[in-house]
Amino acid sequence: MIEQVDTVKRQKRMADLRDKRHKAEVRFRRIGVAAVSVGLIFLTVLFGVVLASGLSAFKQTYVQIDVAVDAEGDNYQGMVKRGLREYFPEVKKRRDKRKLYALVSSEAPYRLKALVEENPGYRGKAVSLWVRAGADVDMFVKGEISRALPEDERRLKDRQIAWVDSLEDDGRVETRFNWHFFTSGDSREPELAGIAVAVLGSLFSLLVCLALSFPLGVLTAVYLEELATRNRWTDFIEVNINNLAAVPSIVFGLLGLAVFLNVFELPRSAPMVGGMVLALMTLPTIIITGRAALKAVPPSIREAALAVGASPLQAVFHHVLPLAMPGVLTGTIIGTARALGETAPLLMIGMVAFVVDLPETILSPATALPVQVFLWADSPERGFEERTAAAILILLAFTILMNLTAVLLRKKYEIRW
Amino acid sequence: MTSSGMEASPETQSGANVHVLDSAQPVAKMATEDLTVFYGDKPALHDINLEIEPHHVTALIGPSGCGKSTFIRCLNRMNDVVPGCRIEGQVKLDGEDIYASGQDVVQLRTRIGMVFQKPNPFPKSIYDNVAYGPKIHGMCANSEERDAIVLRSLDRAGLLDEVRDRLRAPGTSLSGGQQQRLCIARAIAVEPEIILMDEPCSALDPIATARIEELIAELKERYTIVIVTHSMQQAARLSQKTAYFHLGRLVEKGDTETVFGDPQDERTRDYVMGRIG
Ligand SMILES: Nc1ncnc2c1ncn2[C@@H]1O[C@H](COP(=O)(O)OP(=O)(O)O)[C@@H](O)[C@H]1O
Ligand SMILES: [Mg+2]
Repeated sequence: MIEQVDTVKRQKRMADLRDKRHKAEVRFRRIGVAAVSVGLIFLTVLFGVVLASGLSAFKQTYVQIDVAVDAEGDNYQGMVKRGLREYFPEVKKRRDKRKLYALVSSEAPYRLKALVEENPGYRGKAVSLWVRAGADVDMFVKGEISRALPEDERRLKDRQIAWVDSLEDDGRVETRFNWHFFTSGDSREPELAGIAVAVLGSLFSLLVCLALSFPLGVLTAVYLEELATRNRWTDFIEVNINNLAAVPSIVFGLLGLAVFLNVFELPRSAPMVGGMVLALMTLPTIIITGRAALKAVPPSIREAALAVGASPLQAVFHHVLPLAMPGVLTGTIIGTARALGETAPLLMIGMVAFVVDLPETILSPATALPVQVFLWADSPERGFEERTAAAILILLAFTILMNLTAVLLRKKYEIRW
Repeated sequence: MTSSGMEASPETQSGANVHVLDSAQPVAKMATEDLTVFYGDKPALHDINLEIEPHHVTALIGPSGCGKSTFIRCLNRMNDVVPGCRIEGQVKLDGEDIYASGQDVVQLRTRIGMVFQKPNPFPKSIYDNVAYGPKIHGMCANSEERDAIVLRSLDRAGLLDEVRDRLRAPGTSLSGGQQQRLCIARAIAVEPEIILMDEPCSALDPIATARIEELIAELKERYTIVIVTHSMQQAARLSQKTAYFHLGRLVEKGDTETVFGDPQDERTRDYVMGRIG
């Protein structure tokens, strides 16, 4: 009798436990789904915000103006101003005139000059040309400045809006794709500022960084993991490599400043120095992940190679390293992706300069994408705000491109066994 | 592939408590003299004196953990790569100590091939698996010669008929038994004199095992074979010489029939009768 009761109790106890385990499992899965959803929502919001404020930078407003080119003389600024005055003859007051001139970008005279120098036949004639609109007009046409705002709260005044409207009625306002943004360097005028210097600077830096840190890192990992005898020295080195991976990046910048600039006297602001500093930063990551990847290769592969008379070096380079390559590449990409987003060490070696001309070599001055974001984010003009967001978009695109490359490379090297 | 002469280790050195069941002492291909192996400070093998005779199959048996793998890995210096492993005594190949300074380990391993417990083909094609050894040793001048070596090795390993039309397929796509024969072909391809096998059938089903056993019996004609096995029947079927290890000591060695039929040591008797696992 007692035994029977016990069996019943035991079965109930087991059933309860089973239910509990089942519930715990369901609960955990729900928490997981919730966490992923929250993450996705944040990601969407982030992308939404950046896209919303950055996409407008890829468009640029142009205004068509008629200019009577002087038969002689180089006062192109005067010609442009006169053209504007003649188009709006009712503008008389000095203050209003200044507002009128702000309709077109300060580069308009240079455009006119280039045009006339190319076609000397235009001298003494009236020409009609498209020039970049001023930053505020650009913002207004793209809908970034609202008419609904009270006049003293917006940078474009009522009169100017009236002029833009009349130009638009005449079909003299157009928005075009902003190639200039991708092909030019920084500028004080938001409508003239471009990302090219930063993109090239980042690209050069990353190439230098990869060229230094990938071979060095992989060979170090191979040496430490496969060939070095374990002793106090290798332990010491290992501990220090792990510590280096955790050192704040600005310290590497200081090192670069002290060693590369002051001792080796390499040029300031150069992507080569930037790449070298970033390589210092990336090396520990590549070494650590590389060693982990090498360690994950089954020892039976090494034994197989050694047993047919391969030297230890041959065993590593013919068999172990190719198998570890996917892991090594992942580490490299993690390292360089981090390097791509690094600002602090680049500030130390002067890659924070205002650079207008595109860098021609890895020794010419340049900035980098995150530094450019940092610089533009600091500027008050509304035009720089959209450019900041656009630069972030390009930085993100860069990262995605790198990750894609990593995935493709992994696919290529991945061997199932 | 013929053995050059060397004196077998003198009887007196064999250790007082080893039962030697041989009457004659033929010329040994390999011999260990007072081989002692440590992992760190812990000894795993004590004073092993064993001769490996040419063109014989020598079986190493004993309960697990007794040091069979440790011993066989000393014969081609595979233990060199094990951290903390230290060796005392001598291992002679054709009379020369393979642990003597100045010995080329890489050269040595081309003379002594090895097949492991778990089939471990390279994650490459069947062809590349076999061709790798000859390629790195420069044994083939051109691709025809290489093809010939690959085909001959696969043939000798009894695998050729099964893989002839898929030499470019990955080695890992083969069945376990086929993979093990591929590993044997890979070892044969560098034309070793001795082939060491550490429990080559323990990961295989009975049919694949039978196939490998057949192969080993054939290979004996060309090569000297040392095989570790935990199957007494396999040792009895395959080998001419047997050595019984117990707790890091060589307890009994001699002709297989004698070791199985009339063991002199209590421990050997218990083991071959199935009383110790
Ligand atoms: N790499 C190693 N490090 C430390 N001890 C080891 C190592 N390999 C084997 N041993 C020890 O050496 C002894 C013999 O092992 P092994 O030769 O593998 O035995 P068997 O192959 O006969 O089963 C065991 O006690 C084992 O624990
Ligand atoms: Mg073993």
